This record gives sequence, structure tokens and C-alpha cells, in this order.
Amino acid sequence: MLNGIPINFYIMLSAVLFIIGVVGVMARRNAIIIFMCVELMLNAVNLLLVAFSTLHQDANGQVFVFFIMAVAAAEVAVGLAILSMVYRNFKTIDIDLLSRLKN
Amino acid sequence: MIKLVALIPLFPLLGFLINGFFGKKISKGLSGAIASVSVLASFVVALLIFFELEHSAVKTHVVTVFSWINSDTLKIPFEFLVDPLSSLFLLIITGIGFLIHIYSMGYMHDDEGFARFFTYLNLFVFFMLLLVLGNNYLIMFVGWEGVGLCSYLLIGFWFKNTEYNNAAKKAFIMNRVGDLGFLLGIMLIFVTFGSITYGDVFSIASSGNEATVTAIALLLFIGAMGKSAQLPLYTWLPDAMAGPTPVSALIHAATMVTAGIYMIVRSNVFYSMSEVASETVAVVGVATALFAATIGLFQNDIKKVLAYSTVSQLGLMFLGLGVGAYSSSVFHVTTHAFFKALLFLGAGSVIHAMGGEQDMRKMGGLWKHLPITGKTMALGTLAISGFPFLSGFFSKDEILAHTYEHSPVLWFFGMVTSMLTAFYMFRLFFLTFFGKFRGTHEQEHHLHESPGSMTMPLIVLAILSVAGGLLGLPEFWHQTNWISEHLSPIIMHKSPSTLPHDTEWMLMGIATFSALTIIYIAYVIYMQRNIRPLPEGAKMPFIQRVIYNKYYVDELYNAIIRKPLDAISGILHKYVDEQIIDGIVNGVGTTVNGISSVVRKAQTGHIGVYIFSMVIGIVLILFFTFIK
Repeated sequence: MLNGIPINFYIMLSAVLFIIGVVGVMARRNAIIIFMCVELMLNAVNLLLVAFSTLHQDANGQVFVFFIMAVAAAEVAVGLAILSMVYRNFKTIDIDLLSRLKN
Repeated sequence: MIKLVALIPLFPLLGFLINGFFGKKISKGLSGAIASVSVLASFVVALLIFFELEHSAVKTHVVTVFSWINSDTLKIPFEFLVDPLSSLFLLIITGIGFLIHIYSMGYMHDDEGFARFFTYLNLFVFFMLLLVLGNNYLIMFVGWEGVGLCSYLLIGFWFKNTEYNNAAKKAFIMNRVGDLGFLLGIMLIFVTFGSITYGDVFSIASSGNEATVTAIALLLFIGAMGKSAQLPLYTWLPDAMAGPTPVSALIHAATMVTAGIYMIVRSNVFYSMSEVASETVAVVGVATALFAATIGLFQNDIKKVLAYSTVSQLGLMFLGLGVGAYSSSVFHVTTHAFFKALLFLGAGSVIHAMGGEQDMRKMGGLWKHLPITGKTMALGTLAISGFPFLSGFFSKDEILAHTYEHSPVLWFFGMVTSMLTAFYMFRLFFLTFFGKFRGTHEQEHHLHESPGSMTMPLIVLAILSVAGGLLGLPEFWHQTNWISEHLSPIIMHKSPSTLPHDTEWMLMGIATFSALTIIYIAYVIYMQRNIRPLPEGAKMPFIQRVIYNKYYVDELYNAIIRKPLDAISGILHKYVDEQIIDGIVNGVGTTVNGISSVVRKAQTGHIGVYIFSMVIGIVLILFFTFIK
């Protein structure tokens, strides 16, 4: 019981967020939206980690969260840089049009 | 001084390195001088060691140079052995080697490969010294292979001639057959006795059972057959005459081809234990002696006659080994080294004067043009024919006397061989030096005695050929036979001669009488009746034609070994190589191509597809991890 809310609620919320992220990644074509969905998945996991960390009175989970946030920040920096270069070169960030690897 | 024995092989090795690396940069005279001096230095050391050994009470000295192979049960130190046998061989190799180096400086003077020639020659001397100096079979084997390599390099010295290259390859490949036997013999020795160091092996050899010892002895003898050109592996030696004549004198007459005899004398304990092996050696020896001597009768190439003569004389030495007369064989090795080197060098001098011509049908009357060569060759011919009191007389007589004691039948064949030897040698001598000159006018103008660097070795060798018999005067002359005394410490089972003295006198009488008769017959045929060998392609009686064509042995080997091998190789090439092996290799390539052309379609290039498949993949992994 965290702040009067049962742990199941946290799990549900985090699962819903994660699935929204997965569906977003799979269904959307705009690279920035996909990127945001990836962040959503990461934060769904973060939420779960923090919830369990408080439940078990164990700080390890929170340490993980800090790491994930740091890595996510770095990833965003690199990812957005790539995207801006892609946009400059192709004038689009629609992933279905970025199929140069084929042939 | 004996401690410094490592110097002996070191000098020629240094000479080899200097000539090998800088031969092209230094003058011909300097490179020849370096090579000769290095062998001379070895000779001096060998001489000092020889006399020190002669005066020392201990006859066997082992000098460890370094620890070589050291692995669990296999311990092979790099050791040199100085004993009566090796010290004698050291003198022959370095002494005659030095004379031949001097001779080569004259003979090879105009050759563009001068420095290369001396490089090989020094390397040869190094390996030959290693062969006789080693204290175990492995060092002997290293030397054995090394001299084989040098022999190959020197036979094919004039490598622009394909025929010479083929002769070199033939020598190398034939020797491989023998070397395999030798190698197996060494392995069997190690497996049986747990060591390959001479002293260890020979001291416990009597503990081996007879079958194993016979197998060892026979395997070693196969090695000797290859190196010392015995039936059936002899055909490389006559072809080896393709090399420059000093090479024929040094390698294919005086030293390398006697390595087989050295090896058997060294391993005499095995042969004296095994009746079968000794008999085999004796029979192969006498068969080779007789066989090669008959071929020598009708050869027209001056070097080929000498080559068959060498094969035949080596056969006689093996006959001596087979009947247990080890010291007599070594005696014959020594005297043979003197007179055969002399004859080869003399032949080289003749060839030099004739401008490269080797066919005796084009020679004749050279006596007045080449006085020194003629006289020295006369002495060599007399020595090899067994003319009384010259070196060959004593050594051959000793072998034949021991053979008579062992088996009169073998003695008879040995005697016939020595009569044939006298005949073909005098045929060679008369055809070359007497009668009318049969070459071209150009050649006749060109005729000249060879320079001093070539005649000096001839004179020294002639003196040795005459006086060499003093090394082993027969015991029944109430003399000490120096050479058999000298070698007695290394012969394990001595069988003192029980032949009555009058029998020995009789044998000597027969030998002398037959030699003189044969010389007279040769004189009548080639001097009085002026009979000349038939020109190429002339009709000959059947037997003469067979012998002239060397009994068609080369053709026989071609038919039963080379042709089937070619055919099998052809089949293997066509079916195994081109179809099976190439099929597998190409099949691997085609399969990979085929699979990848299918799998490649999965790589659509659409990022959406990749993400989708990634998600599916993760879901599947999770599914199988948690649902299991």
C-alpha cells in the first residue's frame, strides 16, 4: 500500500503506458512520435521500478531509475541529432520513406 | 684440442655464410680462397685431433656442444663424437675436400656461378662433417639430409639445362626412398632402446631380440642403399654426373656416397647380431658391384664409366661390410676416396682440355698434350685395377680375402667384378690417352695441360693413391695392419681371420695374376688391334645392346613406377581432385549463395518492419521465458 493506493494500480498504469508506447512505436510513421513513444516505454518501466522500490523499502530500484534517466537523456541527444540530419537530407522524417538500406 | 672439435664444422659453415651473403660482392679469387682456407683450417684441426687421439689412451671422446632437444623421455643433446672412425672420416672429408676446393678454383674459373659453387661446396663439407661427427642418429640424419640437399643443388648447378635439373630431382627423390627407411630405423631404435645416442644404444643392443635388431639393421641398410647408390636405388648416381666434375669427385665418389658405409660401420653391432641383415648387405653389395661393373664396360661417356665404377666399388665395400670385414671396408673407402677422386679430377682435366666434351669416342692421343693428367690418371687407373702394391690392391684384396673366408661363391663374383673393373678402367685410359685424336680440329688446337691449381691436387692424390696401401698392409706379411688396429675400439664383435697364410698368398696371387692378364687383354684390344667403341645408333649384338642401354633399368623403372604413378595421379586429378574436392569447395559457395538470396528478402529496408519484428521477437522471448 503506497500512499493509500494498492500496488496493483501502479502496475496497471505502468502496463497501460508501456502498451501505448509499443503501439505508438509500431503504428506511427513520424520518427519524432516514435521517439516519444520509446521515452514513454522507458518511463513506464521507471514508474514500476520506483513503485516497487518504495514497496520493498529498497533503494536499488531508484538507482536504476537514475541510470535510465541519464541514458535516456543521452539517447535523446543522439537520436534528435540523427533526426535533424535526416530531415536536412531528405526533407522528411517519415520512416516509411527512409528505405535506402534496401538495394 | 679434442674439446675444440666443434671448430671443424664451424670453419666451412663460416665460409658458407661469407660466400653465401657476400659472394657476389667479392672477387672470384677471394671467394675461392675463403672457401678453400676454411676447409684447410678444418683439415688442420682434424689432423691435430687425429694425432691427439692416436696418442691418447681413451679412444672415445664425447664433446657436448649444447642441449638440443629436451622433452620428457626424449633427450637429445647436440654432441660430437671423436673416435677412431670419425677421426679417420674427418681427415678424408677435409683433406680431399681441400684438394678439390683448390682444383675447383681452376676448373670453375670461367663460370659465372663461381661464388655460388663454393657456397654450396662449403655447405656440403659442413653437413658431411656433421654427419660423421654427431654422437647420435639424429645429428647423423641432419647431416645426411643436408648432404642430400647439397648434392641436389650441385647436380643441378647449371640449372638452365632441364636435363641437369631432372638429374638433380632424380637424385633427390631416389634418396627420399632410402631416407624413409633410415628414419624408420632411427625411430625403431628409439622405441626399442629408448635412446638414439650411439654409446647408450650399442651398450644395450645385445638385449634386443633378434627380429627387432634385424628390422633395425635392414631399415638402416635401406637408407644406405639410397645414399650409397646400391641396387635397386643406384640409378641416380650415373645421372648425377650432370654436376660439375669436382662435385662428382667430392660428393659422388669420395665422401657423400660413402656415408652409407660409415653408417653401417657405426652401427656394426646390429649387423654382427643379425645374420639375415649381414647376408642381405653382402648379397646386395656383390650384386651391385657386378651389375654396375658390366654396365661400365660399354659406356662411352668418360664420367659415366667412372660413375658406374663408383657404384661397383661401393658394392664391393658393402660386400666387405656384409661379411663382417668392417675395417677392410673403411680401408677401401679411404683408398677409393684417393684414387676415385684422382680419376674424376683427371677426367675433369681432360674435359676441361677438350672444351666440355665427355665422349671418349671423340678423344684419343691426349697423352702428349696432357702429360701430368695422363701420368696421374695412369697411377689412378693402376690403383683401382688392383695393380700390385698400389693402394687399391691392398684394400680390395683384404675385402676379397674376408669374403673368401665367408663364402667362396661371393668371393668369385667379387673377383669377377674386380677383373671387369680393371678392364673398363684400362679401356677408358687407352681410349682417352692413346691412339689418334678423334675430335675436331678446333678441339685439337685448344688442347692444353690444365693450370697448376688443377694439376697440384692431381699430383697429391696420385701420391696418396700409390702410397695409400701403407695404411693397411696385410697381417700375413707379418705387419701390423694399422687401419684395423686403429678401428678395433669401435668394432663390437671382431672375427679374427682364421684363413691359413698360404690361402691368403694364393688369393693375392690370383688377384694379381687376373689383374695383369686383364690389363694385357685390354692392351691388346684397344692398343694393338685399335678396336674403337661403336658410334651412336650402330647395330650391336643383343647382349651388348642390353648392357649399353644399362639393362634398360631406367626404362623399367619408368614402366613399373613412373607410368603407373602418372596414371594414378591422372585419375586422382580427374576424379578426386576436380570432381570431389572441387565439387565440395564450389558446393559450399553455391549453397551459401542460394541460402542468402532467399534470406536477403527479409531485409526489406523498412524501419517499420524492423521495429515490428523486434517487438514480436521480444514478446516471443518473454513468452517462452515466463510461460515455460
